[in-house]
Amino acid sequence: MKTLRPVSRLLVALAALMMISAYYVPLWQILMWAPQYPEGLAMKIWINTITGDVKVISALNHYIGMKHIDVEMFPEFGYMIYIVGFLIGFGLITAALNRRFLLWMYSVLLIATATAALVDFWLWGYDYGHNLDPTAAINIPGMSYQPPLIGTKQLLNFTAFSGPDVGGWIFIISGILVLGTLGFELYTSKKRV
Amino acid sequence: MKTKIIYRTLTALVVLATVVVWQGCKPKAPASISMGDAASKAYVPPGKYDEFYNVVSGGFNGQMSIYGLPSGRLFRIIPVFSQFPESGWGYSEETIPMLNTSHGFVPWDDLHHIALSTTKGEHDGRWAFGNANNTPRVARVDMKTFKTVEILELPNSGGNHSSPFITENTEYVVAGTRFSVPVGDKTDVPISSFKENFKGYISFISVDPADGKMKIAFQLKTPGVSFDLARAGKGKSHGWFFFSTYNTEQAYTLLEVNASQKDKDFIMAVNWKKAEEYIRAGKGQITKAKYAHNVWDEHTHTGVSNIMNEVLQLDPAELKDIIYFIPCPKSPHGCDTDPTGEYIVGSGKLAALIPVFSFTKIQQAIANKDFEGEFAGIPVIKYEAALHGEVKKPGLGPLHTEFDANGNAYTSFFVSSEIVKWNVQSLEVLDRVPTYYSIGHLSVPGGPTTKPYGKYVVAYNKITKDRYLPTGPELTQSAQLYDISGDKMKLILDFPTTGEPHYAESIPAELVMPNSTKIYKLEENKHPYAALGEGQARVERKGNQVHVYMTAIRSHLTPDNIEGVKLGDEVYFHVTNLEQDWDVPHGFAVKGANNAEILVMPGETTTLKWKPLSIGVFPFYCTDFCSALHQEMQGYIRVSPAGSNVPLKFSTGKIEDQASGAGL
Repeated sequence: MKTLRPVSRLLVALAALMMISAYYVPLWQILMWAPQYPEGLAMKIWINTITGDVKVISALNHYIGMKHIDVEMFPEFGYMIYIVGFLIGFGLITAALNRRFLLWMYSVLLIATATAALVDFWLWGYDYGHNLDPTAAINIPGMSYQPPLIGTKQLLNFTAFSGPDVGGWIFIISGILVLGTLGFELYTSKKRV
Repeated sequence: MKTKIIYRTLTALVVLATVVVWQGCKPKAPASISMGDAASKAYVPPGKYDEFYNVVSGGFNGQMSIYGLPSGRLFRIIPVFSQFPESGWGYSEETIPMLNTSHGFVPWDDLHHIALSTTKGEHDGRWAFGNANNTPRVARVDMKTFKTVEILELPNSGGNHSSPFITENTEYVVAGTRFSVPVGDKTDVPISSFKENFKGYISFISVDPADGKMKIAFQLKTPGVSFDLARAGKGKSHGWFFFSTYNTEQAYTLLEVNASQKDKDFIMAVNWKKAEEYIRAGKGQITKAKYAHNVWDEHTHTGVSNIMNEVLQLDPAELKDIIYFIPCPKSPHGCDTDPTGEYIVGSGKLAALIPVFSFTKIQQAIANKDFEGEFAGIPVIKYEAALHGEVKKPGLGPLHTEFDANGNAYTSFFVSSEIVKWNVQSLEVLDRVPTYYSIGHLSVPGGPTTKPYGKYVVAYNKITKDRYLPTGPELTQSAQLYDISGDKMKLILDFPTTGEPHYAESIPAELVMPNSTKIYKLEENKHPYAALGEGQARVERKGNQVHVYMTAIRSHLTPDNIEGVKLGDEVYFHVTNLEQDWDVPHGFAVKGANNAEILVMPGETTTLKWKPLSIGVFPFYCTDFCSALHQEMQGYIRVSPAGSNVPLKFSTGKIEDQASGAGL
């Protein structure tokens, strides 16, 4: 059984512990600007809720038939706390049990989770932007309002931006740490051989 | 022939020369064009904010208005003492109690002066006070919401002109009567019994430091004279208050002549700390008095009016050392203390000099009993004993003085239509500029505080004449802005004003702007008729009252179809604005309403009463352009005959089959 270097175990444990921040800071943000909203509108996605100018955004979006944004819309808020808990636990176990195959598994798991999260977010965005109330006051043929997955997009009079918030950035750093540690392990073990 | 031509030419030349000389001798019209870089100094580029909020009294419109300085742009009119149909102030069920008085509902008043709250003598940006000159009252406006939140009536007053001046920490707002009146049990008396029966009252209104609530702490019973303006002492003179008086002749008719006979009237110095001592010693007398106290509740969005029944009074003729008179030339108007609190400037509006009194000398004169006699049982200090000095030949008709931070005073002159800058210490005149025309009060930002910001002086003029495009016999009122940052005052802007501004104050924007309320939170709305969601929108009948719990959100009213109202019913539209976004008010108006419309701010509930006088279907709609579908924000209410059996029903978005005929 291949084991890990002490520094690698420390880094993996650190990466896992950093993810605890997900329970205390927002993970993702959607920002919007329009001529009437020079100060901008913000929507913050947390591990189990959504905050910010949600009511205002919903009030505006009803003109084009978009759904009223509500916490109940997202079943994800029910189980995300467990997924993140599992990720933290797995990381700590990897560091504790000191096995390289666990680090492999952990890396794959993180990439898979991140991919799944983005796909899930894209699917929600697709539904939110396309599944419009046919009786809406403003109906522009061919127009859909899917928010950008990452980056900036012009939607009618609004410029919308989507990207990680503090928690998201911490997650990204954790991921880089874990993948970097794996790379470091592979590189140094090759050298040793 | 030749001589004839010469003769004629000479004659023509003489005539021409005469005309030229005549024209040359004619005085030139006053130079009315401002010079140099004036425009850039008053220019606030699009999208930029003004440096100061200018809170301006509306005079005979009874309101306060908010301008920006240096641009002179009008931002808002805050309804205070007068009904305001454009927002429903004094028409909506919630605001009607705010205009209640011991004389019943009073729909109008005359707001003359502004006082911005201070802490340690400096602006704190919390409240603006205004006075009602006709039916005596003081109002408090909250500087977070720019809304009138309290109105207190003043008993035993005949016109609250000498008000609402405040002490250093806003401990008290004062209210001195312009008309002395008979009070108590003897009010039905001959007018000619003025000297015997008429009394002047000064009210000291305490202000709760936490929430601003006003209460008449005590009233001083003073001789029957007229009180004009006042200022509190500050710094070393904190604890004292100075009031200008006129009509010490005690005339009750043709005051124009009969109240202008004496060379000197008085400035009345009040030791209010002494008055507090007497109250603590139980020397105050509880007297019957009827007056209204109206308070706005920010959570129920409703005003409540209580009638009060008694007031605490002190009689300074018996309780010595509370008040002293200081002679002051010719019907003083302004009575202003400088930022140090040492100097008190009296402005005799018929005088040709400005006396400046010294607080230290007044104290010495009192200690040495340097009195020239008594007036109605009150000691009169010798003029020279209190005097720091006189500003000689400053102009004609001084009215009011404010100060900058560099020891200079700025006095307005109504008769000679000018502002004169002079040094408070040396009493030397430094500069003068004309005003167009006949300035009343003037205002330096922070001018009445211990920390003047200086920079500008605003002239509030009484006559406009040829300064703007004419609009028939009734012209705009006008203010003028002068830059006082240099040695010479410079006119930089004329701006028209609404109502007839008397006094105004200016406060740096940064003391007010960050606290400005954007919305009322729906979860804090405790209005008994609020519908805090469309699910709560409904119509209920109580006898002949129909209560519509209506919601407004972009872009529909719920309910928007109402039936079952009968002739003789009183319909109450309780409109709750469900928006929680800044700058999204909704309005509500219904055809044939005999009152006004209402404007409802986000999160607020407001009620419009409507009594239909005929049967039919009446439209109602949103009056404040709220969204792209504002024009669709409308509905119908059906009114049936008195005995009709049309059931009470309401809906929104419900399409029914061909409805059966009317009157079913």
